[in-house]
Amino acid sequence: MPKTLYEKVWDAHVITQDGHEALLYIDRHLIHEVTSPQAFDGLKQKQRKLRSPDKTFGTMDHSISTRSLAIDACGDNNRRQLQALIENCEEFGVQLYPVGNVKQGIIHVMAPERGLILPGMTVVCGDSHTATHGAFGALAFGIGTSQVEHVMATTSLKQHKAKTMKVEVNGTLPFGVTAKDLILAIIAKIGHAGATGHVIEYCGSAIASLSMEARMTICNMSIEAGAKAGMIAPDEVTLAYLKDKEFAPKGELWELACQDWSQLTADPNALYDTVVTLNANDIQPQVTWGTNPGHVLGINDIVPDPSSFTDPADQEAAKKALHYMDLTPGSKISDIEINHVFIGSCTNGRIEDLRAAARVVENNKIASGVSAIVVPGSGEVKKQAEVEGLDKIFTQAGFEWRLPGCSMCLGMNDDLLLQGDRCASTSNRNFEGRQGRGSRTHLVSPAMAALAAIKGRFTDIREFIKE
Amino acid sequence: MSCGITTVTSKAAPLDQVNVDTDQIIPKQFLTSVSKQGFGRHLFHDWRYLDSAGTQPNLEFVLNQPQHQGAEILLSRENFGCGSSREHAPWALADYGFKVVIATSFADIFYGNCINNQLLPVSLSKSEMDTLFDAVQSAADTAITVDLVNQTVSCNGDNYSFTISPLHKETLIKGLDAIGQTLEQEAFIQAYEKKIPQWRCAPHYE
Ligand code: SF4
Repeated sequence: MPKTLYEKVWDAHVITQDGHEALLYIDRHLIHEVTSPQAFDGLKQKQRKLRSPDKTFGTMDHSISTRSLAIDACGDNNRRQLQALIENCEEFGVQLYPVGNVKQGIIHVMAPERGLILPGMTVVCGDSHTATHGAFGALAFGIGTSQVEHVMATTSLKQHKAKTMKVEVNGTLPFGVTAKDLILAIIAKIGHAGATGHVIEYCGSAIASLSMEARMTICNMSIEAGAKAGMIAPDEVTLAYLKDKEFAPKGELWELACQDWSQLTADPNALYDTVVTLNANDIQPQVTWGTNPGHVLGINDIVPDPSSFTDPADQEAAKKALHYMDLTPGSKISDIEINHVFIGSCTNGRIEDLRAAARVVENNKIASGVSAIVVPGSGEVKKQAEVEGLDKIFTQAGFEWRLPGCSMCLGMNDDLLLQGDRCASTSNRNFEGRQGRGSRTHLVSPAMAALAAIKGRFTDIREFIKE
Repeated sequence: MSCGITTVTSKAAPLDQVNVDTDQIIPKQFLTSVSKQGFGRHLFHDWRYLDSAGTQPNLEFVLNQPQHQGAEILLSRENFGCGSSREHAPWALADYGFKVVIATSFADIFYGNCINNQLLPVSLSKSEMDTLFDAVQSAADTAITVDLVNQTVSCNGDNYSFTISPLHKETLIKGLDAIGQTLEQEAFIQAYEKKIPQWRCAPHYE
């Protein structure tokens, strides 16, 4: 039987199986401060051990300040949570990368940088954007805190086999159109819940031509289409990224690993439950207009009328979204004015993202009335950006250059928008209140966010590059 | 873990919306707690209260309407629980007093989190959901019975069946300790570990 990539990785991790339910072995467990304390508590209450501390890695990202390295900079509750992570990692022997360490960062940015994510692995984290790591051909998915505790105690998880979806993208992304635009266009096509119960495999020439950073952006937002995970088969690009990374295998082991990884592609006649195809040439820079990532359109489109949706529930949702976003059907996306810009997050806080934004910002100033921050995804990203002088480009244009963390992607620290603020954001969720109660989020690529900062409104990046 | 669910009979609170995400169920400002308790107070905070401090109830929101007080069943629509993996969402729903959520569909991680917290997620077809919403919206005290053993929902004399995996059903009915069960598989886990290629082991390569 020909197998999909997902099926190959799944089969290689089955400890025991009962029909569609299996006990799966977990190779890497990533933890952060928000979803781990109750799991550690559970272990302690039952006097259970952390079974594989050497496969468990932690960092601080959600609750930390981006202005200060002090763990109490965002108040007592945040401090308590960070302190609990420090104490738990110490007690259970987990490698932790705390604030101030150059290896610290958003968990989904720092783990690949360390070479912790290898093709063919299973990777879990109490965080829905764990899907990011599928970019390496790993099976990576987010879990709840009970499951975090389960993995801690047993290095395994009970899982149902997911359905499979192939998303094939051929053609070439037009100049100025990025991986972020591509994944938003994919979500628009399959819908905010369109991939529920599925693992997506992205393939096709447009995917193969993407860098690892871009592939991580794609896989990261798989969850925004409801998918359990997103995967991309490893290739030369993957190997070049991994070679010589801190925790990647070395020498003879590297050779052995590469041999195994060469098998990690879907077999030619593998069957998928669903197949979706897109042509990259057709994709424009994307901007979300509503309150979920499926509410997205091209920069040259107009805000939709709720009556244009066929399903009454979607009509109702669009009406509510437009009310929340304070937008009028028929108005142009390019007429939407913003007063905040956030560049960062596990979707678009990597070095390539900052380079793309800096290219737009260079020798320009942000529009009056706009405030803008750049938050590198990790200490390594920050260091590299500073080596390249990107921080100067941003600050000279009027951006604030911050310390690494999740920051305004969800505002568990003090990076919050106010009621009525409107933000061009490179993050992944435009849910109501995500960046602050009553605030309005539009998801875009780093270049589009940078350009919005300069123009004060959404502008077609392709026009600007031509200028 | 508590002793398990078999049947719940209660009136229901109708939350007539698609794509109810976990950021709405329990907003981020409450996620700094290191315990599992007390989230019910903040359930649907931004919809439930007009102010950030949570002192002025929004009387238009369904959970604040007197006729829906005491409901142990929540009705909603497609893709309930989408977004973040935060288990704080089912903790908040359960702590508030809900025992069952009936919706057209659920996001995967949320669904699993419910099972692990003795909160029963039931998905019914769109037309069945329409009937339940109609019933509850026209008479708030309509009783709905969810029978997990027979996998049925009944309301006003009609019966609808729902599917649930045998493992999830057993976990809910018996209130099983999933971790305890897996720990009994330790011999299998160790046998598996003997076969793992070395590059996939813990990163101590030297
Ligand atoms: S950057 Fe945003 S989406 Fe990513 S892990 Fe942090 S909070 Fe979650």
